[in-house]
Order: sequence, then structure tokens, then C-alpha cells
Amino acid sequence: MANAAIRTRSERFWTAALWTTSILVFVFLLAPILAIVPLSFSSGQFLTYPIPGFSLRWYADFFTSDKWLHSLWNSLVVGVCATLLATALGTVASLGLVRANFRGKGLIMGLLLSPMIVPLVITAVGFYFFFAPLGLTASYTGLIIAHTALAAPFVVVTVTATLQGFDMNLARASASLGANPTTTFFKVILPLIAPGVASGALFAFATSFDEVVVVLFVAGPEQRTLPREMFSGIRENISPTITAVATILILFSICLLVALELLRRRNARMRGIT
Amino acid sequence: MSENPLKARLRRAERMRQLKAFGLIAPLLGFLVIAFVVPIVTMMLRSVHDTELSQVWPTVTERMGDWTDRKAVPDEATFAALAADIRASYANNTLATAARRLNYDTRNGRSLLFDTARALPKSADNWTEAVISANERWADPETWGAVKRASGPFTSYFLLAALDRNRTATGKIIAQPPSEALFVDVLKRTFVVGLGVSLLCLVLGYPVAYLLATLPPDRGNLLMILVLLPFWTSLLVRTAAWVVVLQEHGLINNALIWLGIIDQPVRLIYNQIGVYVAMTHILLPFMILPLYSVMKAIPPSYVRAARSLGAPPFTAFVKVYMPQTLPGVGAGGLLVFIMAIGYYITPALVGGAGDQLISYFIAYYTSSSVNWGLASALGAVLLTTTLVLYWIYNKLVGIDGVKLG
Repeated sequence: MANAAIRTRSERFWTAALWTTSILVFVFLLAPILAIVPLSFSSGQFLTYPIPGFSLRWYADFFTSDKWLHSLWNSLVVGVCATLLATALGTVASLGLVRANFRGKGLIMGLLLSPMIVPLVITAVGFYFFFAPLGLTASYTGLIIAHTALAAPFVVVTVTATLQGFDMNLARASASLGANPTTTFFKVILPLIAPGVASGALFAFATSFDEVVVVLFVAGPEQRTLPREMFSGIRENISPTITAVATILILFSICLLVALELLRRRNARMRGIT
Repeated sequence: MSENPLKARLRRAERMRQLKAFGLIAPLLGFLVIAFVVPIVTMMLRSVHDTELSQVWPTVTERMGDWTDRKAVPDEATFAALAADIRASYANNTLATAARRLNYDTRNGRSLLFDTARALPKSADNWTEAVISANERWADPETWGAVKRASGPFTSYFLLAALDRNRTATGKIIAQPPSEALFVDVLKRTFVVGLGVSLLCLVLGYPVAYLLATLPPDRGNLLMILVLLPFWTSLLVRTAAWVVVLQEHGLINNALIWLGIIDQPVRLIYNQIGVYVAMTHILLPFMILPLYSVMKAIPPSYVRAARSLGAPPFTAFVKVYMPQTLPGVGAGGLLVFIMAIGYYITPALVGGAGDQLISYFIAYYTSSSVNWGLASALGAVLLTTTLVLYWIYNKLVGIDGVKLG
């Protein structure tokens, strides 16, 4: 009996140790991100606690600054264009990939996923050397091409995973009832895999929206995106406006996280039906 | 007899199906080959392809192929070709290009060329003497070795330089003198930081992944949000957060002063501490997520069996549970290491001048100090390492699990 008591005591010790360590790690993960939020509402110039008073001046600063608004606009334009291209190309390719069983499929898959493997700085320098003679540096076209290449693998990974759970008999049924492949795709396949495609598109947008290394090399002053503006802001002199931008971006990531979770649930439900 | 045509038709139908499948993949494949693979491959070629000098000095670089006795200076005709090329490029303002290329490989290439160009006579009976009297460094075979190595079209110079090696005029590979050696230290530092960050992530991530995997699903999923939120937060937001927290009058320093642990602010950023803290923070989810998915798949009955056979909790954990998590440890560790050695933004923003990793130097030689060959060679070193590690990672877990958790 004494043995059992010792056992539970040591067990309790390990559980307590596990929780303590985990909570400390959660604090380490979240505290710095959360610490930046109150500072953005500070009325003072300095990024220190305690905050002298509440104000929205740094948000006003952001929303009235041509520099910041232009960079936000650039991020949205490049992000949306790259997402549309990457999602279209990636979804079509995924449809091919799940049907393919020819030789070299592994090699093709590796090639399609390579933009997520190659270190970003190499990708960026490669684009820079390649785009310069073509006149694509300092242009929206160049930046959109680069971000499409970086984002497409995320669409491929997400949509192929969704298609693994897709019942191909539904496509066959549609074909046997006389629908051509395009009709089958838009009327049968796409509605069923839509949550997966949407998750892929969100991954693609997040990739482009957060990307800064390629922008550093390929974009000109006219194409500076939000992360690029933040990069110079942090490097030169970190101002409270940056904390306001950061808070907006944290809100954005929370929305993204919620949207992805809702899509995941919807996808699971749809699989339940099929 | 009737089976064979059917078989043939089936085979044809299958071939059509595969052709159609390829047709669907082709647009993205074509796009990525043109817009991604070609740029990377041309960049890699730059590390061995070298025509900078041969474009401005066409005659002498062509003659360098005939220079066989590397212990002596080349023949009179080569000296004459050099004199002609120097005069021509001095006249059309391309001598600076030649000087820049020679500067990579030899001391004061710029003054060597411009001094020679200014002192060179318009005509001479013996160009060997004329060139050497213009600048005596031309009497040294090593100077000619530098010209030879820069003559192209292919060179091992940049790749060797990326590993702090060079060739002598006779072609022997030697280590750079310690005062000029740089990149081996950078590579070592990159690997040390990568390894350190991976270990920190493992130590911090293992208990969290274990807790998340063993909690009842509803509570586990709730706590998972605490890992996913930082994972989805912009890299620059997280880096900015650490700058704010770690700076001289930041949260940590103020808290430590308030607690009376220190009197003066400690330097926590723009040094190694900043790099380790910020990179561990950013890469920790990449350790937790693979660990979690491996731990989730471990049936709890094994540990229960060990316990029922009398093993104390700690022994059961170490001897029965931990070995089953090794694939997750390998996958997470490799993933974090691979991502850490390629990092650019975070070390650039929170590290000091002496904490920069290989990526920084690739960027530096591309934009600040224009030496594209060297940038490409360093890129080739980093890319090769990354691809080899990914190959191992792929053997371990398969490539599809990358990044998406």
C-alpha cells in the first residue's frame, strides 16, 4: 500500500512538472506577441511599460500615412493576384496528380513542392538574377509571378489531401450521365472539394502576405509591401506605429486561424456525406 | 481472340487517362519550371560560369589556355595580348570591370591594372619587358594565375572561395590565410545556431506536444490554439515583438531591474541571445506539430502495460513511450534545422554583425558588394545542404507533411 502511495505522489509530481513546463512554454510563445498589443494603444512615444495613457494616435498615424496605406494596398493586390493564379494552377494540377500513376510522378511532385523547400534567400536571389535582364524587377508582374511560384505548393498540398477523401465514383456517375469533364468539374467535384480549395487559397494568401525576402530583392520602391515596410521600420527605428500595424496583423492571423478551422470542419462534414 | 482487342483498348484508355492527368499537371509544372527552376539553376550555374573577364579582355583570356608552364610567366605573345587588352579596355572604360574581377582573387587588382595602363608605352619591341616595367607584379606567376583563373568560361574559383580555398598558379588547392578566411566560420556558425535552435525547440516542444497529445481532445484542441496562433502570426510581427521585449529598456530588462536582479540593463538583443530566443520562438511550432502528430498515434495501452507490469511512471515513460516518439523527434528536429540554416530576416533584425548566418552573406554579395559568382557559390553550398537534409527528411516522414502540421 505504501508503494501505491509513493507511486501516486511521484505521478503527481510529474504531472505538475509537465503542466508547469508547458505553461511556461505557452507564456514564451504568446507573451511577446501579446505584449506588443497594449503598446499600440499608448499615448507615449516610447515602447515601454507602464503606458502613460490610452490613445489611438498610432492607428491614426497608420491610416493617414500614404506610405503605410500604399504598402497595405500593394500587399493586397499582390496577395490576391498571386492567390488567384496559384489556386487555379494548383487545383488543376492536384486533379491531375491524384489520377496520375505514371513513372516520374515522384519527381514531378518534388518539383511542384520545391518552392517550399529551397531557402527563401536563394529563391529571392535567383529571381533577382533572372528578372533583371527581362525588366521584371521593380514591377508588379515580377512580384506576382514570384509569389505565385512560392504559394502554389501550399495549394497543391492542401487540395491533393482533400482529394484523397473524394469519392471518384461521383465524377464517374456524372460522366455516365452525359456531363463533359468541365461540367463535371464545376458542378460535381468543385462544390465538394471547395473547403479544401479555400484552405489552399488561404495558405497561398498568407504565404504571399507575409513574404519579405523576395520583396527585398525583386520589388522596387513602388512595390513595397506591408512586411517590407515593417522590415525597414524595425531595422531603422522601431516606432509605435509598427506596434499598431503588428496588432492589426495579429487580428488578421486570428481571423485566418478561425476561417481555416471552420473550413476544416466543413470539409470533415462533407466527407461524412460522401 | 476477342480478349486481345479489349485488352488493347483498355491499355489505350489507360494511356489516354494518364495523358489527360499529365495535361492537368502541365500548366503548373511548366510555370514552375520557367519561373522557379530555371532561375535557381541559372543562379547555380553562375557559381561555375565566369565570363566577366573574357568579355572585356578577349585576346589575353583566350591565350591563357596555352600557358602550360605555371612556374614561369607566359610567353611574349601573351604579354603583347595583355598589353593590347589593357589599352583597349582602358580606352573604352571597361578596365574597371576587369579590375573588379581580378580583385576577387588578388590583392589590389585595381591599382595593379590602372598603374599598368597608365605606365604602358604605346609601342614596344619587347612587351614582356614593357609590361613588367609598367608594374613588376606581372613578373610573378601568381598574378598570371589570377588572370588564368578568371579567364573562364568555367571556374572553380567561386566554389573554392565559398569554402575559404583557392588555387595557386600551378593549380594546387590551398587554404586561405586565416586573416582572409571567412566562410568556413560562417558555415560553422550557421550549423551551430541551427543545432542549438533545434535542441532548444526539442527541449521546449517535447513536454508541450506530450501534454497536448495526452489531454482529452476538447481540452487538447483548445490548448493547441496557443501553439497555432503564434504559428500563424506574421514573421515580422513576431520579430518586432522580440525587439520590443528584449531592447535596452524593454519588458525583460525593466522587469529584471524592478525585481532588483540587475542594476543596469543587460544587452539581450543584437547579439547571440537575441538570435537564439527569436529563432526558437519562431520555429518552435514546427517542432511541436510533428511531435504532436506522432504522439497522438501512440496507443496508450503500451505504457499502461508497462505500468501494470510494475514499471514506475518515469521508467515506463523513458523505456516505453519515448522510443516510440523518435520519428517525431527526427522529423521535427530536421525540419527546424533545415529552416534555421536558411533563415535570413530574423538574424538580420535581431542579431549583431557577428551573428549573421550564411543567408546574410548570400544577400550581401548579391546587393551590397556585387560579387554574384560568390553569392551563387554560397547559395550552392546552402542549397546542396538543404536538399540532402530534405532527402533524409523525406525518407523519414514523406514530403507532404511539410509545414502544414
